[in-house]
Amino acid sequence: MMPKTIEATINGMPVRVPAGTSILKAAREVNVRIPTLCKHEDLLPTAACGLCIVKVGGSPRMPRACATALEEGMEILTHDPELTEVRRATLELILSNHPNGCLTCGRNLNCELQTLAGDFGIRQDCMPRYVREQEPDASTGSIILEFTKCIKCGRCVQVCQEMQDVWALSFLERGINTRMAPAGDIGLADSPCIRCGQCSAHCPTGAIIEDDETVTVWEALRDPEKFCTVQIAPSVRVALGEAFGYPPGTDLTGKIYAAMRRLGFKAVFDTNFAADLTIMEEAAEFVARFAHGKGELPLITSCCPSWVDYMEKRFSDFIPNFSSAKSPQQMLGVLAKTYFAKKQGIDPAKIYQVSIMPCTAKKFELERTEEMYASGHKDVDVALTTRELARLIKQSGIDFRNLPPASADSILGTYSGAGLIFGSTGGVMEAALRTAYHKVTGRNLEKEAIDIEPVRGLKGIKSAAVDVDGTEVRVAVAHGLGNVERLLLEVRRARDAGEPPPYHFIEVMACPGGCIGGGGQPYGVSDELRSQRIQGLFDGDRGMELRFSHENPEIRTLYDDFLGEPLGEKAHRLLHVRYKARPTYQK
Amino acid sequence: MNAAPLPPLEEIDPALSEEINSYLEEWKDKEGNLIMMLHEIQDRHGFVPREASLLLAEATGVPMARIYEVLTFYNYFKLVPPGKHNVMVCNGTACYLKGAGRLLAELESRLGISDGDTTDDRLIHLETVRCIGCCGMAPAMVVDHKTLGKLNPTDMAGLIEGIRKREESGNDQ
Ligand code: SF4
Ligand code: SF4
Ligand code: SF4
Ligand code: FES
Ligand code: FES
Repeated sequence: MMPKTIEATINGMPVRVPAGTSILKAAREVNVRIPTLCKHEDLLPTAACGLCIVKVGGSPRMPRACATALEEGMEILTHDPELTEVRRATLELILSNHPNGCLTCGRNLNCELQTLAGDFGIRQDCMPRYVREQEPDASTGSIILEFTKCIKCGRCVQVCQEMQDVWALSFLERGINTRMAPAGDIGLADSPCIRCGQCSAHCPTGAIIEDDETVTVWEALRDPEKFCTVQIAPSVRVALGEAFGYPPGTDLTGKIYAAMRRLGFKAVFDTNFAADLTIMEEAAEFVARFAHGKGELPLITSCCPSWVDYMEKRFSDFIPNFSSAKSPQQMLGVLAKTYFAKKQGIDPAKIYQVSIMPCTAKKFELERTEEMYASGHKDVDVALTTRELARLIKQSGIDFRNLPPASADSILGTYSGAGLIFGSTGGVMEAALRTAYHKVTGRNLEKEAIDIEPVRGLKGIKSAAVDVDGTEVRVAVAHGLGNVERLLLEVRRARDAGEPPPYHFIEVMACPGGCIGGGGQPYGVSDELRSQRIQGLFDGDRGMELRFSHENPEIRTLYDDFLGEPLGEKAHRLLHVRYKARPTYQK
Repeated sequence: MNAAPLPPLEEIDPALSEEINSYLEEWKDKEGNLIMMLHEIQDRHGFVPREASLLLAEATGVPMARIYEVLTFYNYFKLVPPGKHNVMVCNGTACYLKGAGRLLAELESRLGISDGDTTDDRLIHLETVRCIGCCGMAPAMVVDHKTLGKLNPTDMAGLIEGIRKREESGNDQ
């Protein structure tokens, strides 16, 4: 059946949209932007803020455009002096319960509330201010909850409960006393929070922000005793540009390297290199399990620290299925302080390793277990998100747009297209299959078959059957933790019934879209933006000569000169971890 | 539900687990069972202990976040043990302006608890409330249903002493 089409007018302009389209969305069709504060593209309307009110026909009611479907024949008016006045009053009311703290706020210059206050020309407090005092919660070291700046839009609660299925945040009490709080009213670090930062990426205000560590990095950079090195994650390069006016998806690898050198880093590495290394270990694990029956199937990827934390808390019966390979961040860290230090004759105790990540959970991963100190030192000293990097560059006076590109440092800097696409949902699976195929058959996938399309795209769960020399490999990819449970329940059911596993290989990334949509990326995430960033990675991959992790010459040298074999003794000691079941609530 | 490991529940009183299990047994197929079980817990203990919520969450698969949403939505539920004597400090606008904060601070330091808590001996429960309609007497308090006004921080010591004395002499009023 054809979906029914609705015809109506908005500010006198005719619109035709499918039945069920909200007035808010329909207005976009005729290039009218109704102001919003609580509605987010990723989420269902909570209708909490009241800014999106409109008039319908001659009715005195003012329905909320985000939560009202356009109906046949409606005559919508979105802007007139009265609506503007009501919106301003609504905004003033919100501001009367909000601290006047923009100058020292994590969202200064990038805040949806501040922008609206600016657009509406609010120049004075019109109502007495009442802000309920409450200390911020900085217990996780990844994100900070600044309760006083919460406008109770409900985005974070929906993100954490529905999109991520973590249930670390909720609204407590009701009416005027309603407040956002970690589950069960405890510290966030004691709650089920997995530090994904999706709440911070969706919050319209400074009520949830990343724990900014740019000052820590400046201090390290000015310390003459330290040899500061840096690594850049795959997805950072296609998102950072948004902070400097580039279209989303622009690959700025060369400029980022150059900026790092100007900042004073003595060596510039690329996490993509370590992604290739992760693939070498993970593909070896997969082939050992799949072709030689050594270990449980499906093999499940483990490069996302939020996912690891979630699995240990909620799905610990899958521990035997988890790849023991460390994430690229941690692999690069340990190699910088062992292999690189040795080759360059630098005391590893002096190396200070900074990583630039799309993700707030990467801060948490640094000290997650004692295996993160495999070099004998803290393998990675500090992790900055993409948002923090943008600030660091702006503070440094670097004219980023006019900066000529530079290259990375050779022994931990060369990467393949397979390492690059690690930043997207499906990318780890695709990269691993390219190398696993080679490991099983002894040859590379044909040029036309390198792109493994069915695991690409933004569908929540993707699955495919890949032919490896006549044997079928069944794979599945999930992103956004709300999608994971269904997949794992399917696997668990088959396992409990003694049936063969429905999949041989599963990739999970906690954030919708994968790391390109990480909780530490520039604000304004939507599916359109995710697709643009993903496109940037896949275009980069397609343009590269080198598209297989196992063909990366620096990876080969690394195994020959230092590590030995994938899954060998040394690789195990430096590059792998163990998992354990953990309580969901620490209190 | 998931095979999630229990939180550090070792210290939890086995009697409480047993009690929760009996509610689970009783209510398992009935509608609105979560709220009914919470009622039973509160009836028995006078409040809903955190451990009880944890056990319920683990057993039913309802996240703690949801259980606390329910618990804090209804004023009926208490999350801390009730005190035998209730000390309420008005923090409405008038009282706030006339120094309710200082009264509260004085009480908190003398009792060694903060707003919303009960002393370890469960004798005194301290809380702040919105305007109680006696703004003319600001700053005002209600102590065991009796309204007191025009108070000073220096009055607090005597007030607490009064409660303790009444308790010792066995006279509740
Ligand atoms: S949240 Fe926005 S409006 Fe509030 S203080 Fe921060 S920048 Fe200003
Ligand atoms: S970081 Fe993730 S898990 Fe933690 S509160 Fe935010 S959305 Fe929930
Ligand atoms: S913390 Fe942010 S996202 Fe969550 S309810 Fe408050 S304003 Fe909305
Ligand atoms: S955007 Fe519609 S009510 Fe907030
Ligand atoms: S404000 Fe305290 S009695 Fe009204």
